[in-house]
Amino acid sequence: MNIMKKFVLACGLMMLPAMVSAQAANPAPAPAAAEAKAVPAPVQAAPAAATDAGNEAAAPSAAPSMDGSLPGYTPMKPDYENHVGMPKDRGVDFQEQFSPNGHYAKWMNNSILLPIITIISLFVLGLLLWVIVRYRRAANPEPSKTTHNTFIEVVWTLVPVLILLGIAYPSLTLVAKQFKPAPADAVTVKVTGYQWYWGYTYPDHGGFEVVSNMLQEQSAVKPGERYRTDDDGPRLLAVDNRMVVPAGVPIRIQTTAADVIHSFAVPALWFKLDAVPGRLNEKAVTIEKPGVYFGQCSELCGARHAYMPIVVEALPPAQFAAWVKAKGGSMPGEKPAEAAPAAAPAAPAATETAPAAAPAPAAK
Amino acid sequence: MTTIAANPADHHDHAHDADHKPGFFARWFMSTNHKDIGTLYLIFAILAGVIGGGISGLMRLELAEPGIQYLTGWASMMAGKEASLDEAYHMWNVLITAHGLIMVFFMVMPAIIGGFGNWFVPLMIGAPDMAFPRMNNISFWLTAVAFIMLLGSTFVPGGTGLGAGTGWTVYAPLSTSGSVGPAVDMAIFSLHLAGAASILGAVNFITTIFNMRAPGMTIHKMPLFVWSVLVTAFLLLLALPVLAAAITMLLVDRNFGGAFFDAAAGGDPILYQHLFWFFGHPEVYIMILPGFGIVSQIVATFSRKPVFGYLGMAYAMVAIGVVGFVVWAHHMYTIGMSVEMKMYFTAATMVIAVPTGIKIFSWIATMWGGSLSFKTPMVWALGFIFMFTVGGVTGVVLANGGVDDNLHDTYYVVAHFHYVLSLGAVFALFAGFYYWFGKMSGRMLNEFLGHLHFWIFFIGVNVLFFPMHFLGQQGMPRRYPDYPDAFAHWNEIASWGYAIMGVGVIIFFINVFWSLVAGRKAEGNYWGEGATTLEWTLSSPPPFHQFETLPVIK
Repeated sequence: MNIMKKFVLACGLMMLPAMVSAQAANPAPAPAAAEAKAVPAPVQAAPAAATDAGNEAAAPSAAPSMDGSLPGYTPMKPDYENHVGMPKDRGVDFQEQFSPNGHYAKWMNNSILLPIITIISLFVLGLLLWVIVRYRRAANPEPSKTTHNTFIEVVWTLVPVLILLGIAYPSLTLVAKQFKPAPADAVTVKVTGYQWYWGYTYPDHGGFEVVSNMLQEQSAVKPGERYRTDDDGPRLLAVDNRMVVPAGVPIRIQTTAADVIHSFAVPALWFKLDAVPGRLNEKAVTIEKPGVYFGQCSELCGARHAYMPIVVEALPPAQFAAWVKAKGGSMPGEKPAEAAPAAAPAAPAATETAPAAAPAPAAK
Repeated sequence: MTTIAANPADHHDHAHDADHKPGFFARWFMSTNHKDIGTLYLIFAILAGVIGGGISGLMRLELAEPGIQYLTGWASMMAGKEASLDEAYHMWNVLITAHGLIMVFFMVMPAIIGGFGNWFVPLMIGAPDMAFPRMNNISFWLTAVAFIMLLGSTFVPGGTGLGAGTGWTVYAPLSTSGSVGPAVDMAIFSLHLAGAASILGAVNFITTIFNMRAPGMTIHKMPLFVWSVLVTAFLLLLALPVLAAAITMLLVDRNFGGAFFDAAAGGDPILYQHLFWFFGHPEVYIMILPGFGIVSQIVATFSRKPVFGYLGMAYAMVAIGVVGFVVWAHHMYTIGMSVEMKMYFTAATMVIAVPTGIKIFSWIATMWGGSLSFKTPMVWALGFIFMFTVGGVTGVVLANGGVDDNLHDTYYVVAHFHYVLSLGAVFALFAGFYYWFGKMSGRMLNEFLGHLHFWIFFIGVNVLFFPMHFLGQQGMPRRYPDYPDAFAHWNEIASWGYAIMGVGVIIFFINVFWSLVAGRKAEGNYWGEGATTLEWTLSSPPPFHQFETLPVIK
């Protein structure tokens, strides 16, 4: 019992530094700031959202593209060859990672956890095979009467404790990294789970919402309607409107839900965060490379739980700004109506919280 | 451990009184005899296992290849009319819900606690029966009614289609505002009844073990199986009322305008998850601890050696039980919890690996220096030790909150808990069944068929569940009726694994029926000198009432 107590204490001690650093890095409640930022935008937000919805519904009028492209924006093609952001046929390992925390986490599993658990399993298997062969009745007709050996009992209590302490350090470091809040100028995307689709709102960019539905196969839609092609993504993973974000800069993803609990998950970014009605969860992620990253809802949410995929398209910041403009939004710092050329550094003007909010300078 | 004096009752012929059995109806429907109730529980659990296992067969059939092949047909069959695609998807959720609830509440628990616990706790402590025989009876019949209630729920509306499609976790608000219709209410009532039955059973076991041990059998001389049931009974007693409260709040939210879990009215859906997993995590130990006990008895018997480190083994179970109550939120790493909570639950969860390791190594040390014979129960116990280790180490991976951000709710989790339950608890159940079947029925099971069953089942479940680790690492979420084509390969292999396992189960039933009809008659102690606990001092099957004169433990 003493050993247990000591171990709990040791764990607590191990935790302390990581906890302190996480605390220190957490100066202000970020969600509140993000919400505040969204406030000036609604004037613009409503028409933008309406436009978006209009694109969705009014198919005949504007002849919307069958590939989801907009003026100034063409959806990126998924990288099938390297399986970027998607599962691989017969794959056994984690997907290739595209975020710093993802690299750390995958390293932690593949270089620490996996070797340890493999060795332990093989060690136990080896011991079992040894006793099976060495102490079978034919080989050892007279059993010993040994029932205690304090030394060995202490050893097999302490060694696992040490192994676990060895695991605990990188593990808690990982947790601390994952909880590091996004900087104030990070791009905010508010993700809302609905039965059964996703909505992506950009409060810093005019507050427009992108409604993201799974693309059906050609056989499942009426003639003339948009269906999935391989340029959209693999079957069951492709959506009509993607969550577009800039690559290489911190992104603040906030999740909530409108009806039941959903979970926003992108395996290639080591990202999973539940979308809970009445709560606004937040987690930061930086996507290292431009690309298309697929994910799926990961909390049982009713009949079409398996049919509300997630597609994150990371673009170079300039292209992201072009996409925002095409969506009728504006980059932070710009006047909503007249969208300046995206590459030009935005004036650090009257916007409230973010001094240099445009992703372009942030990416330098 | 125990050494037993000759049972004085053997010499006096009380057989007429001891073996006076009531008529068929009174014996099996109004039973107050712990052995008969244990038998009822075992038959019930096997029946439920066939249904719950059959449902997983349907699931593996649908998942064998990408696309929806069968669901629409099954949903149409259930509804009696052409089912829509949404109703077909809902049918999937009903299947996963039913499979989970049946296997947990109506297969593993009734078999391992109701069945083996009832049969062998009184025998092993030298008691004539359970402390509250009539309460024992109502425990069983409440479980039976609960099961009928759960099966009935699949025939009434539950939202998008027939049946409760909430998952076994019944998370709000999917289970409240998300599922209209009586199906979820029926499922909740079913859990209430099963929970009440288990609480009564737990009270009964605790009272029996504390008060009815034979003279000389101190707490520290009890066989480890009795220890395991004692710890389990405390877990049941403390955990189930929390579940009862949580699902009662669900009922209030569903039917009486309550708002415990309704965010729009000031409630919190996450509160439900905390309550559920405060029950749910001890529940997984409820399912596995008696299995630890069974394996300890078997390993000692077939090594002809007392259990190594008896006190360590007993208190490792107590430690697992205690720590099991303070790690629940590792099931909820992705809800958006604070960094402090995530770190605490990561560290606390990993602590459980220590007492579990003590048990694994103590079993091996029990065999070390022993004289091992590989009868069927021993083979199952060896399989248990290795498979539980594999399932246990993936638990250490999942304990890491940061790593779980990727693995949560993927097939990796499915692989993990099937390794500890389907290959852990179920292997322990089969081990116990082969160990005690002769004692319970008076007939020996066939050794060859038992070994054949083991090997086919062992290969089958590994082919079935091991590829799920790969699927999970690649990112395949749980509870999906269809998946991107990249997941097809391992899913097909898993489905073949199910088929192999199914062949093993058929061999098991052939063995049972063949042995009941034509099996060799079992002696009192058919395992020989390694079997030292009190049940082996009795005839096989034991007299209807045993230990009329209490045995004395030296």
